[in-house]
Amino acid sequence: MHRRGVGAGAIAKKKLAEAKYKERGTVLAEDQLAQMSKQLDMFKTNLEEFASKHKQEIRKNPEFRVQFQDMCATIGVDPLASGKGFWSEMLGVGDFYYELGVQIIEVCLALKHRNGGLITLEELHQQVKRRGKFAQDVSQDDLIRAIKKLKALGTGFGIIPVGGTYLIQSVPAELNMDHTVVLQLAEKNGYVTVSDIKASLKWETERSRQVLEHLLKEGLAWLDLQAPGEAHYWLPALFTDLYSQEITAEEAREALP
Amino acid sequence: MAIPLSQIVFIEEQAAGIGKSAKIVVHLHPAPPNKEPGPFQSSKNSYIKLSFKEHGQIEFYRRLSEEMTQRRWENMPVSQALPTNRGPQPGRIRAVGIVGIERKLEEKRKETDKNISEEDLSKLMVKAKEMVELSKSIANKIKDKQGDITEDETIRFKSYLLSMGIANPVTRETCGSGTQYHMQLAKQLAGILQAPLEERGGIMSLTEVYCLVNRARGMELLSPEDLVNACKMLEALQLPLRLRVFDSGVMVIELQSHKEEEMVASALETVSEKGSLTSEEFAKLVGMSVLLAKERLLLAEKMGHLCRDDSVEGLRFYPNLFMTQS
Repeated sequence: MHRRGVGAGAIAKKKLAEAKYKERGTVLAEDQLAQMSKQLDMFKTNLEEFASKHKQEIRKNPEFRVQFQDMCATIGVDPLASGKGFWSEMLGVGDFYYELGVQIIEVCLALKHRNGGLITLEELHQQVKRRGKFAQDVSQDDLIRAIKKLKALGTGFGIIPVGGTYLIQSVPAELNMDHTVVLQLAEKNGYVTVSDIKASLKWETERSRQVLEHLLKEGLAWLDLQAPGEAHYWLPALFTDLYSQEITAEEAREALP
Repeated sequence: MAIPLSQIVFIEEQAAGIGKSAKIVVHLHPAPPNKEPGPFQSSKNSYIKLSFKEHGQIEFYRRLSEEMTQRRWENMPVSQALPTNRGPQPGRIRAVGIVGIERKLEEKRKETDKNISEEDLSKLMVKAKEMVELSKSIANKIKDKQGDITEDETIRFKSYLLSMGIANPVTRETCGSGTQYHMQLAKQLAGILQAPLEERGGIMSLTEVYCLVNRARGMELLSPEDLVNACKMLEALQLPLRLRVFDSGVMVIELQSHKEEEMVASALETVSEKGSLTSEEFAKLVGMSVLLAKERLLLAEKMGHLCRDDSVEGLRFYPNLFMTQS
């Protein structure tokens, strides 16, 4: 009996049909890729034109940089993803932020023994500016963007919002919500006590103590048993006096691996 | 420092060019014998050039041309001496006027510039958005026709995404690994890092590598993602280094020949000798970064060789006597 769809002939026919379909599929993808390649070349030209007019401005004007970055984010483009990207190559934005990344790492390493790996954005800003490696204005927004990129390196860079500014974490210390909230509480005076926590956050004594102990263990807090009343837990990251202190030569040496 | 306007024969503009500022060339009569002493007694040139680094040349030229037309000095008594560095005079108030106009023009120019910049930026972004849309459409086609797109085409697509900074819509990784660029980079890194790794006991954190490589480059720096994506390919390309991720999330580069587990054995010896050690103490003894010292001690703990004493005084490691004394 002549059954359809069965037998060597039918199988061969099916294979032929599949191959043709595959070919069509490949042609479709090839078409679109060719189109993308062409559009990419056109875009590169547009970007070159833009760069010739505005490259300097991006380098010199922090506000324009923010506008640029925000627009990129809105349309789904990351100009800092790769040094090989057009944005980096033609606008030079890459080198600026990646170099900033290096500076940030070095500053954080040098100061780690002072503050346990936690530093305010203000202090970081001052220290980076002080190094003078950038001819142009580095803004706090620039620092935040550079830090966000550094997270990819896996060594625990984090950004913790506290009281209107940010604490930058540069060591892989585990900080959960409880720790973060206590840090925010400490931001006002540079220190916090168990009573402060119980009053503001309505926590039990044990929970408060555990959080503070963790901060001590991680080297982020110092214990002051001689304070009036009860023990004060100070956060060196929040000592505004330390801002004015330069990084010493020894600290800098420690920082370079 | 001043030159009387009567000395001017004529003036002409010179437009700005690449590396050159805009200039006004002022051609002069020969200096009179009773010329005031100045920076030069004489010059072989019969003109001076006024250089305008940023702006102002248009307004200056206009004003000067006006004065050249009016020639008001011809109506003044000849004997009037040239005022030099006197206090506020009628002439001075004029200067303030010019400065005021200059400032207004400057502000207007900045506003216009700002608007042009923003407009140009918006136009550029519209075009960039088209690229994003196109890449999404291609990615969808790829998803639908699983396996019908050649590897070659996949590599091409990924490199286009890399150029634009568009996240790979299929894997959600920005630029993903597996592009030619990252493969080349991986090979370069293997070359660059061999010696530094050997100097540092065979292991470095990715942060150290990032700084080291970028400091050496000086320009055309690597992004953190470039580095990570290249390192992810090290093992696949059978290069003598590899990327390792510890439980804590810390990422390191190791020489293939480096056996962290063996280092743990020697770490145990060191800790036993001293009775107990913190990460900082161990780091100092062995000459490692605190970060990597801690990872080694944690690994030793994980393998059961060490146990911890976690107090407010810090994290201290002891040989695990429970294991050895059974």
